[in-house]
Amino acid sequence: MTDLRDLYQELILDHSKKPCNFRVLEKTSHTAEGYNPLCGDRYTVYLNIEGGVISDISFQGAGCAISKASASMMTSSVKGKTIDEANMLFEEFHRMICGNPGSRVNEAALGKLVVFSGVCEFPIRVKCASLAWHTMKAGMEKSKEPVSTE
Amino acid sequence: MVQHKSALLGHQKDARFSFEVERYRKDFPILSQRVYGKPLVYLDNAATTQKPRQVIEAIDAYYRTENANIHRGVFYLSERATKHYEEVREKVRDFIHAASSKEIIFVRGATEGINVVSQSYGRTFLKPGDEIIISHMEHHSNIVPWQILCNQIGARLRVAPINDEGELVVGDYAKLFNSKTKFAALSHVSNALGTVNPVKQLIQMAHEAHVPVLLDGAQAAPHLAIDVQDLDCDFYVFSAHKMYGPTGVGVLYGKQAWLEKMPPYHGGGDMISSVTFEKTTYNVLPYKFEAGTPDIAGVIGLGAAVDYLHAIGMNAIQAYEQHLLMFATQTVSKIKGLKIIGTAQAKACVLSFVLDGLHPHDIGTVLDREGVAIRAGHHCAMPIMERFKVPATARASFAFYNTTEEVLVLERALHRALEILK
Ligand SMILES: Cc1ncc(COP(=O)(O)O)c(C=O)c1O
Repeated sequence: MTDLRDLYQELILDHSKKPCNFRVLEKTSHTAEGYNPLCGDRYTVYLNIEGGVISDISFQGAGCAISKASASMMTSSVKGKTIDEANMLFEEFHRMICGNPGSRVNEAALGKLVVFSGVCEFPIRVKCASLAWHTMKAGMEKSKEPVSTE
Repeated sequence: MVQHKSALLGHQKDARFSFEVERYRKDFPILSQRVYGKPLVYLDNAATTQKPRQVIEAIDAYYRTENANIHRGVFYLSERATKHYEEVREKVRDFIHAASSKEIIFVRGATEGINVVSQSYGRTFLKPGDEIIISHMEHHSNIVPWQILCNQIGARLRVAPINDEGELVVGDYAKLFNSKTKFAALSHVSNALGTVNPVKQLIQMAHEAHVPVLLDGAQAAPHLAIDVQDLDCDFYVFSAHKMYGPTGVGVLYGKQAWLEKMPPYHGGGDMISSVTFEKTTYNVLPYKFEAGTPDIAGVIGLGAAVDYLHAIGMNAIQAYEQHLLMFATQTVSKIKGLKIIGTAQAKACVLSFVLDGLHPHDIGTVLDREGVAIRAGHHCAMPIMERFKVPATARASFAFYNTTEEVLVLERALHRALEILK
């Protein structure tokens, strides 16, 4: 049996209680809202994208421990990355949380985000862990057009 | 068949002592299951109840020995299936004490029942500028169909407020009525709060203003004895799956005088008496509202559920569940930081709560691993969440097969949630 501690690791609980970048950005180029109607989780992700690079990112909103910690750690790990790098990181993250329990994860790429590897044992919670990421992606998509016309 | 002493005696006060819960539990095969190695404690009964073997077997027997289409075949099986199906209509009539079985229409569930009334009645009798009264505690299925109707015909939705206990305030409800009010729709029992509304009084008030009333009985049918004639409601809807019957079937009750005047909702087979390309004559009640091949097996399962409840007795069930609710309320109230949402005087067996700083979804996950199934979320009643300023609640909803021991398992699991998540 999977232990609940695999899911609710100390680092996750810490981030859910004291999230990083939990504020409205003063200077934003793009924002997006994400909503999970199943449980009512709702977040806004604020992005400041300059020359294809996420120069700053923050979030606001309310939701469960998993979704909030995920949003918090996401903002810390993508700040300073290019849009492509952030997208690639999301792909790795998504592969990990949707993967088969025990399958290899790309620890080098994911860094601290591996703390979410336990999510794959709780399929109902995949949506919680990925909500902020999907929201950020939606925000970045909005940025694509102006970026590509430059 | 279940036979029960207190059901026979009808002694409400004594029912909780003699209520043979362990015996009834054995009728529900799913309850003996273990999840994650722990005994299943099923506390999501407001979402759907489990099914007793009597219901499962009735459906099985129908498919094994009776299956035929109804109201059409000239052969033995069809006749038998038709008879069985129509017998259930009579059972349901008796269950809710309707005057005539013509007033019992089989639908897919409470949701479809409300949509039939909002479209068939609403589009026939309401005009632009008319007002429809609902309440702040409605399930989305008793909000959205009325919003759709309002958009279609230019009517206006009025919402009766609720107090901090989660009760309708009769005086505030009365104030909403005016000469434009043409319909009222109200839950008999709230799914998110457990509140039992004083529907008889409210219906009387509405009728004084010549306003017909639909009651959403989805959460009442499993817990209370229902008498639509005594309540004098114009329409009543409920779902079989919330009262120990199968999914996919439910009941719309309507006063015959209204149903006669209302046009069909669906067109098709069975609901006609003659069809030419120029003109179709509709069938008589209740068939006018039952187009197409219905969920025959589902109706037969519903009949078995009604028999099952009848044998235990709704009064005995209600008395036992009230005892369980009181015990559960006292037990979880001892947990520090736990706040119950929905503290009405009159309540059915529903406990919605928030637990200091913990999100209901996380509580739900921890409880799940302890074998305890509860609901976490907005319970299809987002306006209620907004009213109580919470994004979601955790909800334990009980049935007569739940026990005080299970309440203690819930309590322990909640302590575990605090331990893991704090
Ligand atoms: C109060 C209430 N009304 C209506 C419904 C809708 O029932 P169904 O989904 O079976 O149509 C529910 C189900 O959750 C309910 O609790």
